[in-house]
Amino acid sequence: MPVFYGTEIDSALMLGTALYPSPAIMADAFRASQAGIATVSLRREGGQGQDFHRLIKDLNVAVLPNTAGCHSVREAVTTAQMAREVFDTPWIKLEVIRDDDTLCPDVIALVEAAKILSDDGFQVFPYCTEDLSVCGRLLDAGCEVLMPWGAPIGSGRGLNNPYGLRSVRAHFPDVPLVVDAGIGLPSHAAQAMELGFDAVLLNTAVAKAGDPVAMARAMAMAIQAGQFAYAATPIEARDMAAPSTPVFGKAVLG
Amino acid sequence: MKITLNGEIRELDGPSVQDALAQIGLGEARVATALNGDFLPAASRAGTALKDGDALEVVAPMQGG
Repeated sequence: MPVFYGTEIDSALMLGTALYPSPAIMADAFRASQAGIATVSLRREGGQGQDFHRLIKDLNVAVLPNTAGCHSVREAVTTAQMAREVFDTPWIKLEVIRDDDTLCPDVIALVEAAKILSDDGFQVFPYCTEDLSVCGRLLDAGCEVLMPWGAPIGSGRGLNNPYGLRSVRAHFPDVPLVVDAGIGLPSHAAQAMELGFDAVLLNTAVAKAGDPVAMARAMAMAIQAGQFAYAATPIEARDMAAPSTPVFGKAVLG
Repeated sequence: MKITLNGEIRELDGPSVQDALAQIGLGEARVATALNGDFLPAASRAGTALKDGDALEVVAPMQGG
């Protein structure tokens, strides 16, 4: 099971708390998913924040606040500082966005913010791309977890660049890795785990499914299947057939 | 004095940030504050005076992905 900054989590599924049809369905989806971490955010207090905080506490999972929507280092750092106080955790899912159509991480600002926050005692979970240099820079900045995207947030496209993700796994064998964003189907989540990732973070795929609770269960099963498969060392794919039934001993019949 | 509270101009008495939070019913709430773009820790609210034209952000736990 994944270990993030010295804390072992009982599940490889990290689940978002947004976009559900109702708070009750969100809570049921969490139970069905057996997720060990819930991502949350901070927004202007309009009267619902206090109830939401109670709801999250009742889920009895670790809380990972995000800096979603931040477009600058300053915004992200201030948001992280506020999140640390409100949620009483040094964990922060660091998002710094430049382009709103793709929600692609602004990796330059991300590295800068990661350094500031790590130096200030935060334990940073950076939402990044699968670029090896960027990943290396984030580790240099003090991150001990990497969260490359599978595909743009909310797109449900799955893993756009399995080769790139496999490269990240190979280059940083000892770093906890999470595929964050882009998952649409349980098969996508299973694929991430089959690549040797430590966890998958998703939200929309469950929350916007016709039956979020059933999809949460499906994701949990797929992630477990992928995890078992990676541990079992899958065979290599090959171009030519290789008969599985013995050729030796076959009767000669014609 | 006029304070921009979460993007809306409001007339608040202060004098401290903590007083202003109490005035809007969030004196005891689980919220975080930023004053003019910088984080203002809860412990500093009572000792921080508001002045005309300040921008105060008050945020709370919310759904997120």
